[in-house]
Amino acid sequence: MASAPGRSRPVGAAWLVVAAVTLYVGGLLVVPLLALTRAVLADLPGVASALTAADALRALGLSVALAAVSLVLNGVAGVTGALVLTRQRFLGRRLLDALVDLPLAVSPVMTGLAFLLLFGRNGWLGPVLQPLGIKVAFALPGLVIATVFVTLPFMLREIALVLEEIGTSEEDAASTLGASAWQTFWLVTLPNLREGLTLGATLTVARALGEFGAVLVLGGAITGRTDTATTFIHNAMEERHTTSAYGMALVLAAAAAALLFLLQRPSQTSRGK
Amino acid sequence: MSAAAPSTPEAPARRAVLSDRAAALLLRGSFGTYVTVLVALPLLALVYRGLADGPAAAWAAITAPAAVAALKLSIGTGVVAALVNGLAGTAIAWVLVRWDLPGRRLLSALVDLPLAIPTLVAGILLIALFGPQTAIGAALAEHDLAVAYARPGIVLALLFVTLPFVVRAVEPVLHELDPAEEEAATTLGAGRWLTFRYVLLPPLLPAVAAGTVQVFARSVAEFGSLAAVSGNIPFQTLTAPVYILGEVEGGSPGSAAAVSLVLLAVALALQPLSHALARAAGSRRG
Repeated sequence: MASAPGRSRPVGAAWLVVAAVTLYVGGLLVVPLLALTRAVLADLPGVASALTAADALRALGLSVALAAVSLVLNGVAGVTGALVLTRQRFLGRRLLDALVDLPLAVSPVMTGLAFLLLFGRNGWLGPVLQPLGIKVAFALPGLVIATVFVTLPFMLREIALVLEEIGTSEEDAASTLGASAWQTFWLVTLPNLREGLTLGATLTVARALGEFGAVLVLGGAITGRTDTATTFIHNAMEERHTTSAYGMALVLAAAAAALLFLLQRPSQTSRGK
Repeated sequence: MSAAAPSTPEAPARRAVLSDRAAALLLRGSFGTYVTVLVALPLLALVYRGLADGPAAAWAAITAPAAVAALKLSIGTGVVAALVNGLAGTAIAWVLVRWDLPGRRLLSALVDLPLAIPTLVAGILLIALFGPQTAIGAALAEHDLAVAYARPGIVLALLFVTLPFVVRAVEPVLHELDPAEEEAATTLGAGRWLTFRYVLLPPLLPAVAAGTVQVFARSVAEFGSLAAVSGNIPFQTLTAPVYILGEVEGGSPGSAAAVSLVLLAVALALQPLSHALARAAGSRRG
């Protein structure tokens, strides 16, 4: 690492840039994080009791469950989609490719609104779902759909990057040697995807835990039913329960830091190879 | 679909349950359906609802004074965030790639943090630092200044959540550049500025632009952090996504969908632009 080519100790005016960059990142990210930590530490017993309240635990549990569901659904969709988009050529491939990235570009509030127009009162799918007694908006299925939507691109993009990098020579060799497509996938392709899967999974979980706008609009943030960790913070701020809001915010920030730590940026090490 | 693929000379002896061709079609079909139902259908519903009351109604909703003020605020703060993080992100990437520093890996990890921290939490962090109950917030208020629930807070939140974009766009390009070229320019008598301007900047420019466009696009769409930090005062600190939320909650989905059309158009225009710039940046490499 230290022997990276072209990397040396800064000299002269470069130190000014280094100092400016450190101040910028420190001021923008570290100081606010310290301020929140300090506010929580100042009232630790209060935060502890606020976070162990049933509603707080339920909201956190719901967010974790949503992250798990998104991970599974978009893990399968991500591997499938990455294979389809990198290994197949067909009419409409570029459209499909562009659609996959749309959840990153659309404001979460618009996501929530778009799904409300499908599943809400007078929604497009109302005539189908109402007779069946299925409730999506302001209920659990809505939260799942919103979270799966916003996390769709992460697994897929990371896996597609790896697929493009490794090429098809190993797969071709396997099938020439008589492996079925299924065997090739399980024994050759999937093991090669580990790095992309890890990175994609981390980003998916982080985004799912942190999704706010879409679950607020589509879920309604109903305490005890559709209240996630983020909408819990939002509700607490509105009711001026800063202790609860700060506590939950610090839990989510710590979870984000832990996810990044677990990841340790394999993308960077592979890039340096 | 169950028909076997035409057998080729090198067709493997053992066949899976599905022939390769059928499996390929099945994968393509199910993935295509998933994306169409999950992404295309709701967005179609949004576009349809935005236009359902007629173009005149949509235009009236978009040009309502509060909507115009919200859109202007989103675009204005987005431009500021793009310019600042365009510059800062390039500098951060340069520091990360070029120099051997103590704490370089910590700096690199910090830059990624906004990708993982929930955007609402980013807003809460700024409230914890600048909120009215804090020492800094009180000191600012004495001088009639405010960060929390004011425009500076909006810009800070946008800078926070978009920090990684330019850094991560520029970093790989900078990695590929040979520092020897810069050294050669300096040796030949070019000053630091000339070296930067004529040697370093041209190959970096598409990557910087790609990242900057991403910052702007994300800023215009940003919701969570701003819901917490901006105070949401109409005509002052109410950004377009928060305005849309207000219209939804106020029972005007038509107006919300119409204003959404503007943001959707911005997103649809900027995404290919950012991709094209990123490709241009990539082709400069190697």
